[in-house]
Amino acid sequence: MSERKIVIPGETIEEGNDFLPGEGTEKTGEKIIALRYGLAEESNRLVKVIPLSGVYNPRRGNVVIGKVEILTFNGWVINIGTAENAFLSLAEVPGFVNKDGLDEIMDIGDMATVKISGINKRGVDVTIKSRGLGRIDEGIIVSVNPNKVPRIIGKEGSMINLIKEETKSNITVGQNGYVWIQGDKIEDELFAKKAILFVTEKSFTSGLTEEVKKWFEENKK
Amino acid sequence: MTYKRKDGRKNDEMRSPIIAKVGIVPNADGSAMFQIGKTIAIAAVYGPKKMHPQHSQNPERGTLRCTYNMLSFSVEDRIRPGPSRRSTEISKITQWALDPVVMLNNYPNMVVDVHISITQADAGTRCAGINAAAMALAHAGIPMRDMVSSVAVGKMDKTIVLDLDKYEDSEFEDGEGSTDIPMSFTNNGEMTHLQLDGKITKEQLKEAAKMAQKASKEIYEIQKKALKESLGDLK
Repeated sequence: MSERKIVIPGETIEEGNDFLPGEGTEKTGEKIIALRYGLAEESNRLVKVIPLSGVYNPRRGNVVIGKVEILTFNGWVINIGTAENAFLSLAEVPGFVNKDGLDEIMDIGDMATVKISGINKRGVDVTIKSRGLGRIDEGIIVSVNPNKVPRIIGKEGSMINLIKEETKSNITVGQNGYVWIQGDKIEDELFAKKAILFVTEKSFTSGLTEEVKKWFEENKK
Repeated sequence: MTYKRKDGRKNDEMRSPIIAKVGIVPNADGSAMFQIGKTIAIAAVYGPKKMHPQHSQNPERGTLRCTYNMLSFSVEDRIRPGPSRRSTEISKITQWALDPVVMLNNYPNMVVDVHISITQADAGTRCAGINAAAMALAHAGIPMRDMVSSVAVGKMDKTIVLDLDKYEDSEFEDGEGSTDIPMSFTNNGEMTHLQLDGKITKEQLKEAAKMAQKASKEIYEIQKKALKESLGDLK
């Protein structure tokens, strides 16, 4: 199988023992069947299904954007749009934090970029011990369908770099579908937002980067 | 004396048109519409999300929760909106028909909500509902072992016929009268649901099951086509 194809649950993707079942697939007897609706892809004999729809599934290492909901005595509870709220522990914050001054770092209602450090039965644990993570002070946040996030980023960041360059803005794409745009002028930020919404709308056309380049030429004032 | 169908269908012929569409409720995580003859069902899936009330959470695996609802204008005489004895039963039946295929082991304490609305009812609403729900679940990206396709078989007097319509289901009273037997199958051919109230011989039930199994394959192909085409021309 060289091309990617859409599969539905229960559909046989490959037969025989030449392939290994990857994510979203299962091996029953000689067949590799899809366990979910999406695009089936094969690389290095590993068959997997890339989801095209549905809710965001948190994974370790993902950078996401969320809203602080609760302050506890040892950390923050952050809503990242998943079934389980994320917990940011005091220990995961760089530098010294006064236990009485949690709200000085982040208060209820603040938005923050965080990285998922682990997922367990009780919920999602996040950290801000990395560059570019932490409270969001300025800019705008756009919400998009989480399944379109790979399209906004593009192959090795080609799409997002193009948008960043053209709008002179700094953009952080959370895997959960929140996009943080920070530019010098509000016009730049709104222009970047427009570009991102254009990408999500046209997400299924091939040669999307070229299309977006054309769009920028047409819409640039 | 054999029974002759009023609308001129063959005994093993389903109503037409059979139309399936995916992604018709933009706010839902997954949605689908299924029409067979004059019966139309819409299913919307939300989740997986945290189960509320908390006491119904299952820490071992996620839960599937179905609600079937007939809209007040779906039949000729307006029906009273809201849950009834009948709709509660069908909700439960739908849940049982779909439970064997959904794999919610990795979603402890969570729930997947399936809301089925019947916008137009002309017999066979639970089957249309299950078909729509299976597509909506797939569309929502819920892990599933297989698809589920549902169809009803009936016994009109002594003749086995496929996919009863309103007249055959509720008005026909000649001889032994009519018996409605809704069944659901996975694409593998395994049965996930069978309902029967009425009398039927063992041989005839086997015949009915075979007929339904064959028809469910046809429905599966329609569901498959709808899911694959919902993305438009990808390439």
